[in-house]
Amino acid sequence: MKILLQHAAHARSGDKGNTSNISVIAYAPELYPLLKQQLTAERFKAHYAGVVNGNVERYEVDNIHALNFVAHDALGGGVSRSLCLDNYGKSLSARVLAFELEVPDALRSHLRGI
Amino acid sequence: MSKAIRIGAGSAWWGDRIEPAALNAERGDLDYLCFETMAEATVSAAQVRKRRDPGFPGYDTYLDDRMRAVLPGCLRRSTKIITNQGWINPEGAAQRIVHWLRHFGASGVKVAAISGGLITDRALELTSTILENGKPTSTLADSLVSAEVYLGAEPIVDALKQGAHIVVSGRVADPSIFMAPMMYEFGWDALDHRHLGAGNGIGHLMECGAQVTGGYFADPGFKEVPNPWDLAFPIAEAEPDGSVVLTKVAGSGGAVNLMTVKEQMLYEVHDPANYITPDVVVDFTTAKLELVGPDRVRITNIGGKPRTPTLKVSIGCIEGFIGEDMFFYAGPGALRRAQLAKRILEERFKIVGLQAEEVRIDLLGLNAIHGPMSPKDQPEPYEIAVRVAARTKTREEAIKVGREVDGMAVSGVGMTGKRVPHQDRTREIIGVWSSLVPREKITPTLSFYES
Repeated sequence: MKILLQHAAHARSGDKGNTSNISVIAYAPELYPLLKQQLTAERFKAHYAGVVNGNVERYEVDNIHALNFVAHDALGGGVSRSLCLDNYGKSLSARVLAFELEVPDALRSHLRGI
Repeated sequence: MSKAIRIGAGSAWWGDRIEPAALNAERGDLDYLCFETMAEATVSAAQVRKRRDPGFPGYDTYLDDRMRAVLPGCLRRSTKIITNQGWINPEGAAQRIVHWLRHFGASGVKVAAISGGLITDRALELTSTILENGKPTSTLADSLVSAEVYLGAEPIVDALKQGAHIVVSGRVADPSIFMAPMMYEFGWDALDHRHLGAGNGIGHLMECGAQVTGGYFADPGFKEVPNPWDLAFPIAEAEPDGSVVLTKVAGSGGAVNLMTVKEQMLYEVHDPANYITPDVVVDFTTAKLELVGPDRVRITNIGGKPRTPTLKVSIGCIEGFIGEDMFFYAGPGALRRAQLAKRILEERFKIVGLQAEEVRIDLLGLNAIHGPMSPKDQPEPYEIAVRVAARTKTREEAIKVGREVDGMAVSGVGMTGKRVPHQDRTREIIGVWSSLVPREKITPTLSFYES
């Protein structure tokens, strides 16, 4: 089944200068391999097209079943220079929750909000 | 073997709530209460303000409010306070704290101020390369207003060793504020990277206050938080081996669970195996998390690697101005009127010759926050705000944004909702750049005061 990522993971964004980091944390360990397989750095960057202009690095944090994406040139030149109302990019993490994830039906019970 | 100590958070930023700090002071049974009050541009903004307003004392503008709220509880329980509320004037802040100690009838309480991190005059000789763009820091010479080093926990530990009950500093790395009590109480050496790694890892979990107790977290139907109007700040029960239980005052709102801790663990972290602080390089990838009770998460095995030979320097520069305003549409056709308004503004900016580095006109309700990522096929919103902002070199140019929005009142589009401006619609941009300085070039100094 195809679902939005929000049913499989939660996310938080943080800022450092013009770089945003967005963590994606699986709701259950069983869902984490799906994130690793499907949410690549390349797809992440494509999903943030128009906002993330630099490289995206992906760190796998297996002990907490999380991926940490570091997106460069993502905050309109930096928190103080950005003309975006959300200049810290605090709401940027919500965008990844709209990523489409393919989940085997057998894992349905681990999903939230479905 | 010394026993666990209880370290509470008192603030996570300058504008943070004050009641949860008072709650921790009154009911947290704390050995230490720690305050983090600075953002990246705090020091530079304070320098700019001091230049214009010589009466500005240069420390946290909420220092009085915070001290009035927590000192009674802290004095009763003998809770020590570590705080970076000194900003650009730690000595002034220490003297002000002494004033409040006397006000509450406490005599003989020792307050230490930590200075030595402000290096504005020496910044260009001590640093070479801007980390963000690789250019020499000398290119910032004309716009530089302030430069400060991120100090670590060591000067705080020195102050505690010399009998300070309250320690107030300028810029200290956020996790180090919370780690210093562990270093002091457990006798950890400054080069003991295993324990310091765990300590600054715990400090990182604490430094954003309510962000680990249910703040910046709730999402109805997915992530529930009880009584989110009454969030407590966290308490760390830190143990001599570097493990910890994170919790909060019983009966308060919010939640401490595996999800809140995981989110905070990666907050503002890039490589989770190499989180660089002045004291140590923290490794979060070895950490073990366990829910051991209601609102109690035990964290063990956060790793540490030897500290780097350098300290981070933050360099603040005056870079120009932003002009900003907004006006409103509602009802059927809100979108078409907003789009015409956008076109009018674009033409007006040409007519008045707006000199801007960047202009942004958003339709708030449609695409203002996520910009080009917003879906193209959304239904028309019932209400839209047209929000316009421009970045300029001079304040005169930035003022044009608000003046052209004023024109939209009687010379714009039908059914335009608009505010009469009551405040300055321009603001100064203080750009922040980073560099590194060899750690041996920086010598923090302590001064002591007594109530």
